[in-house]
Amino acid sequence: MPRIQPDEVRTIAALARLRLSETEIERMTHELDAILEYIDTVKNLDTGNTEPMTHAVPFDCPLRQDKPKPSLSVEEALQNAPRRRDSFFEVPRIVPGAGEGS
Amino acid sequence: MAAPQVKGASIAELADGVRAQKWKARELVESYLDRIARLDGRLGCYLLVDADGARRRADQIDATVAAGRDPGLLAGVPIGLKDIFVTRGLQTTAGSKILRGFVPPYESTVSARLAAAGAIALGKLNMDEFAMGSSNENSAFKPVHNPWDLERVPGGSSGGSAASVAASLCAGSLGTDTGGSIRQPASLCGVAGMKPTYGRVSRYGVIAFASSLDHPGPFGRTVEDVATLLEVIAGHDPCDATSIPSPVGRYRQACDAGLAGMRVGVPEEYLQAGMDPEVEAAVRGAIDEIARAGAKLVPVSLPHTQYAVATYYLVCTAEASSNLARYDGVRYGHRTAEASSLEELYSKTRGEGFGTEPKRRIILGTYVLRSGYYEAYYGKALRVRRKIADDFRAVFDKCDVLATPTSPTAAFKLGERQADPLQMYLADIYTVAPALAGVPALSQCCGFTKGNLPIGLQLIGPPLGEEAVFRVAGEYQRRSDWHKRLPEDPS
Repeated sequence: MPRIQPDEVRTIAALARLRLSETEIERMTHELDAILEYIDTVKNLDTGNTEPMTHAVPFDCPLRQDKPKPSLSVEEALQNAPRRRDSFFEVPRIVPGAGEGS
Repeated sequence: MAAPQVKGASIAELADGVRAQKWKARELVESYLDRIARLDGRLGCYLLVDADGARRRADQIDATVAAGRDPGLLAGVPIGLKDIFVTRGLQTTAGSKILRGFVPPYESTVSARLAAAGAIALGKLNMDEFAMGSSNENSAFKPVHNPWDLERVPGGSSGGSAASVAASLCAGSLGTDTGGSIRQPASLCGVAGMKPTYGRVSRYGVIAFASSLDHPGPFGRTVEDVATLLEVIAGHDPCDATSIPSPVGRYRQACDAGLAGMRVGVPEEYLQAGMDPEVEAAVRGAIDEIARAGAKLVPVSLPHTQYAVATYYLVCTAEASSNLARYDGVRYGHRTAEASSLEELYSKTRGEGFGTEPKRRIILGTYVLRSGYYEAYYGKALRVRRKIADDFRAVFDKCDVLATPTSPTAAFKLGERQADPLQMYLADIYTVAPALAGVPALSQCCGFTKGNLPIGLQLIGPPLGEEAVFRVAGEYQRRSDWHKRLPEDPS
């Protein structure tokens, strides 16, 4: 019984905002099945009393002062934008305009 | 003025020569640029060569020396930077088409520190896309060829960083190691490379793959060169919240400190029946030499080693799927030509811009993080990660440094393992556990196969135990001459 089906890969790809071709979905389903089978070995280990580890070396993370300081200029921040308008990043319309359908 | 011989030169001799005005930084830069122009077409180490910038920097260093001032520890030393370090005004791609054309408006902390110490960046080095890979075949632009055998891989993901040092296309380089991406290519190319303690070197300006595992670190021809580069780049950085505030060690001195009183642990899980006999013989030979040098050998066990690869691929893919969400065609990099909605803009841009391995890891990472699966996969992996780190804590009560192989095999052929991603992942077996534990680990050459391919010894220390690692590495190097062997220049 495979661990993952093509439809599940399609759902995950949609969640990840990643367009995949049908060939990619087929191949990835097959590969992920083998990888998940291997990864499932960690489920055999009892970790009941073990705390999750999120930092490799524990130390008190200092907080910086909440003071504004110089940062990138608008021009620098926009210099790599594929599409810009004035001092904004340009994207397709998100909210329908007056007289437009949904 | 003597002409500098840059092939096989160490960082120390090049910098000393610049300071003593034996040669000019400009001459060093010209020598390396000449080698790159003649040889890199066969090797593929560089994604970008900044010849004009390097010449300009060299002239500044020479002017500093001529004015009687010291340009720094790395006076005029030409280095290479993995293309994962953002460089102000110089294209940075992380080996991905999705970042083609990206010219960063700021500089990474470590590249800035190298420049402040007098180093000269020659250019940006090839790598697996977003540092995902163990062979450098996942570069979106071109593969890197191993200087010891052009039909073989240099390892990855810092393949360009390792191969460029091996082939003397730079005197030293920077890479990053998330699950072995410095140590494994160092091993396959016969150079030295170190993944320091997590947080010892700043990640500011390092394009993120898996944030809790990403470790920037140096490559050098010798362990002293690695120690020198680490002294320059290590230390607290307020721009990285995970950067450790402890003082930087005296790594160069440690290379000469000898092994009196040292206990070197040999973990049984890393030297087992059935492993590659040539790798086993070379690593056991190095361990015997370390014992002859005065270290006491201690047999130890890291019982959760068998879970390390699975745990690593759970943690790194989960973090990668989150980190790579930023590539959406809006602020920088590739953007799809036609999109009628924001969602279509995102999914088409990402589908066109990412290569196969990042796609695979985004899907796997999204799968393990999604609602209902988080605790079974990512949560579980973080608990197993603690057990793996506890294994290391326990053995460092009994010994100061661990000695193991770096890679289960010497360099394999280009194309040989590309069809089976799981087999490629399993080859990270010796390098992922120290990455998960965040402990420092170095790889240096400890022999060659009959086919003249380098074999690597991995030395692992406790958290912030870089000096102990350099003591063993320095002493072993003094007693061996593997690091003096150079590959022939490709014709």
